[in-house]
Amino acid sequence: MSRQGTRGVDLRKVNGELFSLTYGALVAQLLKDYEDDEEVNKQLEKMGYNIGVRLIEDFLARSNVGRCNDFRETADVISKLAFKMYLGIQPVVSNWSAAGDEFSLLIENNPLTDFVELPPGHSQLNFSNILCGVLKAALEMVQMEVDVRFVQDTLKGDNITEIRLKFVKRLEDAVPVGED
Amino acid sequence: MADEVILEYLHMEIISQFYRSCEKSDQDQCIAKLESLGFRIGQSLVERFTKESPRFKDELDTMKFICKDFWNYVYKKQIDNLRTNHQGVYVLQDNKFRFLTQMSNGKQFMEAAPKFLALPCGMIRGALSNLGVNCVVTAEVSAMPACKFQIQIQRA
Repeated sequence: MSRQGTRGVDLRKVNGELFSLTYGALVAQLLKDYEDDEEVNKQLEKMGYNIGVRLIEDFLARSNVGRCNDFRETADVISKLAFKMYLGIQPVVSNWSAAGDEFSLLIENNPLTDFVELPPGHSQLNFSNILCGVLKAALEMVQMEVDVRFVQDTLKGDNITEIRLKFVKRLEDAVPVGED
Repeated sequence: MADEVILEYLHMEIISQFYRSCEKSDQDQCIAKLESLGFRIGQSLVERFTKESPRFKDELDTMKFICKDFWNYVYKKQIDNLRTNHQGVYVLQDNKFRFLTQMSNGKQFMEAAPKFLALPCGMIRGALSNLGVNCVVTAEVSAMPACKFQIQIQRA
């Protein structure tokens, strides 16, 4: 009948598009509100942080992974399980530092930037900065303080999108005062 | 499907971000902002959804598209009930609205419901506006998680 054409649409893909469009509209609104790239980066990271704190619970519940023995294993879980599960992509883990405490996630098709073209004059903006916040918060919830930042972004004309993660320290559970 | 979770989290966080950044006094403005954000999303979504589909017969046909296909894409279910007075008012009832399912069913969070409905309202308005229908969309909750969207067509 009349609407046959649209029924064949892949629901999974639609969901991804809805997500990208929602995120894009959000960034546009933030840019209008704050008029400053750095401030927008900060806000996006903060939002990501709040999402990450919750997302890790969901992730652990669904994925059934146990403790990671080292940072390399963590990197694998992030790329092969977490990114795959939530964004449907599998970033490449590479550029390990000699000490094994720093690596890069190389993202080829970032779904967040599916429909995005950065207008001129926004060289400071990290469009997908929310990812940094999510990663930082999620890892913090499993006792790892990690420094996360964007190094390259295809939106700015780089060949690939690169997020750098640097292990800072292990967080110890703080025992509330008065308890042993 | 796990990726639905991130959309829900993102939506929640957008709301709290907007409310964090504005003063207590201009909360109305937050609702308006969320609505316009939704408008923009609805507009671009419907462009993609209807790319390959034939022209709609009439207004009711357009509404049916919103209730069935559009709702299905966005909320993974169809609208449970569509009513109209045939004079430009349509009421869409969703008995289990996705963005309200995470809240408790009692009266406790009734006050919080409007901010979770502003963006969806905007999405409907944006979608319809791109299909050539100008309207005002309002939402009403009488018992969580059910929700009624009222669409009032504006004829110029």
